[in-house]
Amino acid sequence: METITQSIQAVPLNHYILLSSIIFAIGTIGVLIRRNAIIILMSVELMLNAVNLLLAAFSVYRGDASGQVFVFFIMALAAAEVAIGLAILTMIYRNTNSTDINILNRLKW
Amino acid sequence: MNLFYLVAFLSIFFSLLVIFSKNPVYSVLYLIVTFFTFTIHYVLLNAQFLAIVNFIVYMGAILVLFLYVLMLLNLNKDSEPMKSNLLKVAGIIAGLCLLLTLAGSLKLVHVSDPVVLKNPDIGLVKNLGKVLFKEFLLPFEVSSILLLAAMVGAVLLAKKDPNKA
Repeated sequence: METITQSIQAVPLNHYILLSSIIFAIGTIGVLIRRNAIIILMSVELMLNAVNLLLAAFSVYRGDASGQVFVFFIMALAAAEVAIGLAILTMIYRNTNSTDINILNRLKW
Repeated sequence: MNLFYLVAFLSIFFSLLVIFSKNPVYSVLYLIVTFFTFTIHYVLLNAQFLAIVNFIVYMGAILVLFLYVLMLLNLNKDSEPMKSNLLKVAGIIAGLCLLLTLAGSLKLVHVSDPVVLKNPDIGLVKNLGKVLFKEFLLPFEVSSILLLAAMVGAVLLAKKDPNKA
């Protein structure tokens, strides 16, 4: 484990922020360009994970364990969000026979 | 040092594949690989608890749920709705603008200190458990209520409407 953690020592914090920004932007692009609601949920997961990684990096950088506890809470929240989101999706699919978000532009059917 | 950049490249590559692959099942599989690279990032940061939780909760539970629903709904390449090219280009430009703004503001702040493990056992289960059950006890209990509410809500939503059926 020593050799693995040695390899992180020289990475600047800026590169962690940049990596998280890139992945967050990719998640945003995914939300914007896809019409399948499941892919949109997956893009939201990607954005949540980018933030998780940044919180963990900051926590290590500051030597404070609170950041990692927050990541744990975000994971619990993401699990709840996915369960509810997929339940809503199954309900929508049962009613409209597709997961296309363009059908849902009138909030009633 | 080089390991971080290799894994970072893989994360970006696979997350691009997630949003650009046409078949939703491939998207989920690429998302699993992306989350695995995130687990490697956590191991590199010596956040062992987070690495294990990420592995079990994300790759084990959440993505299996995604895959299960995807196969339950019988979605594949043929039924995949696609946006028009104009909207796609507009979305990509908007996302790149966001990235440009974030990167530009990052250039201004000049924090370039390397990430050094000040306290190597910060991410171990023992240490995190102490913090979780001392300082964050109330949020921890509240999150259990959140999970219970989510479970009840999911069952209630996914159940067939008795009036219709």
